[in-house]
Amino acid sequence: MDTNILFIFILAVFVGFEVISKVPSMLHTPLMSGTNAIHGIIFFGGILVLADAATPLTQALGLVAVVFGSANVFGGFMVTDRMLQMFKKKKK
Amino acid sequence: MNTTVDLILIGVAVLFILGIKFLSSPKTARTGNLVAAAGMLIALVVLHKPGGEYVWSQGWNFNYTLIVIGTLIGLAIGAIGAYSVKMTAMPQMVALFNGLGGGAAALVAGLEFIRSAHSPLGITAFIAGAMLFATLIGSLSFSGSVIAYLKLEGKFEKPHTFPGQNILNGLILLAILGLCGWLTFNASNGNASVAFLVMFALALIFGVAMVLPIGGADMPVVISLLNSFTGLAVAADGFAINNLAMVVAGTLVGSSGTLLTLLMCKAMNRPVTNVLFGAFGSSGGGAAAVGGVAGTVKAIQADEVALLLTYAQRVVIVPGYGMAVAQAQHQVRELSDELGNRGIEVQFAIHPVAGRMPGHMNVLLAEANVPYDQLIEMEQINPSMDRVDVCLVIGANDVVNPAAREEKTSPIYGMPIIEADRCKMTIVMKRSMAAGFAGIENHLFYKDNTRMLFGDAKASLNALVAAVKAN
Repeated sequence: MDTNILFIFILAVFVGFEVISKVPSMLHTPLMSGTNAIHGIIFFGGILVLADAATPLTQALGLVAVVFGSANVFGGFMVTDRMLQMFKKKKK
Repeated sequence: MNTTVDLILIGVAVLFILGIKFLSSPKTARTGNLVAAAGMLIALVVLHKPGGEYVWSQGWNFNYTLIVIGTLIGLAIGAIGAYSVKMTAMPQMVALFNGLGGGAAALVAGLEFIRSAHSPLGITAFIAGAMLFATLIGSLSFSGSVIAYLKLEGKFEKPHTFPGQNILNGLILLAILGLCGWLTFNASNGNASVAFLVMFALALIFGVAMVLPIGGADMPVVISLLNSFTGLAVAADGFAINNLAMVVAGTLVGSSGTLLTLLMCKAMNRPVTNVLFGAFGSSGGGAAAVGGVAGTVKAIQADEVALLLTYAQRVVIVPGYGMAVAQAQHQVRELSDELGNRGIEVQFAIHPVAGRMPGHMNVLLAEANVPYDQLIEMEQINPSMDRVDVCLVIGANDVVNPAAREEKTSPIYGMPIIEADRCKMTIVMKRSMAAGFAGIENHLFYKDNTRMLFGDAKASLNALVAAVKAN
């Protein structure tokens, strides 16, 4: 077991707490949506599993994982961008 | 895996952190999202297998064709969902994407578990534990998000409760944890696959059972919690398949999501345990709705409101979920522009949990091109509420209920509210006298300086805009 990865995990926990503690509530929905897109990185997990799939069943389940992950990551970033493009100052 | 890739992945981690940081300010938020997306793209390009081989340099085989097909299908689902969803339905969309991510996390962990359990090398208890954790949390997040989605779509909004429900849920959870504990140390056992499938099914059921008793009004908290769950599942997957980028991204989402959930509960003055296990809307609400309120309800017509508005100097609009339901944000903006052109100061008072998600109102008003510097947060606007000539409450209820200040027995006592009752005149636009999500009487409606403008918010606002223009 690689303990470096645990070390990184612990640091990331604290960074996650620190980074978000100053967000105004008006940005909570986009923030939730943006972080939702970031955990779409599970898409890569799907790719890795499917790349090594050996039976039709694991191929089928791996395909479902890739579809889900892909929808999560692409949809997540797109929907966040769509929300945020509306936050602009009044044109005067 | 080599040093160059490691360095690139450090860069990716920085991009994710900066992305979340930029998302925390209105000016940089959109850039933040793009920065995080760029990090994702780079991580995809340098993707390596757990064993260390580069994914994209392998010989092309059928699995790769499947990867491309799956990616394109997911891209299509994501794009159609993201660009066709109405702004009012945004929370549902986030719930759905989150559920898909959770499902993917569970599948990845499950497939890896079954595969490595059958491999001659076996797996260590730590890795098995990480995979089981990801399967459990991921599938729970999947089924829970689907229920949250359905609740927000209005399929079965009310909390579903029955006696002994918490005990039953507790037993399911115990069974799940027992199976996980056994599997962690017996992953290569002949019965492991069966035990794993039972655990998987129970986790899906538990996700449903966990969200079902929670009322529609609490769905934002639930979605935020499930969002952080999915993050943690993804991080555990990262441990299982030795992918650093997944560990970092998943953990960042897990911890920031947990904090966001707690902030949301704090805004509602309720501990998170109360949201999850309290079934607040069903038990607490009924008792408090009794006990009448002194005073009478006074109705008003749109042209009278228009007159009040045109003679005002400072107008504050308090939007709520009713505005979202009526899709009235464009009419609200029209009214605010019309008043602004007459030199009247118009501000929007935003309660942190108005609507179905924190920031829901901001998103809707932004869609209608209301400039964000006109949106004032609750803490900033409350001290000056007594200098407001006319306060327009549009489809908000619990977030302006003075019972939160005045009545110690009220279930919402202590919740911070927008103090609309302190304005010189308060107009409440509402379809009927029905109670809000908390199921309690709103004392504001009975105050001397409150007038009720009954009707659909959109229709009422159209009438108001026309009447203001005519004045």
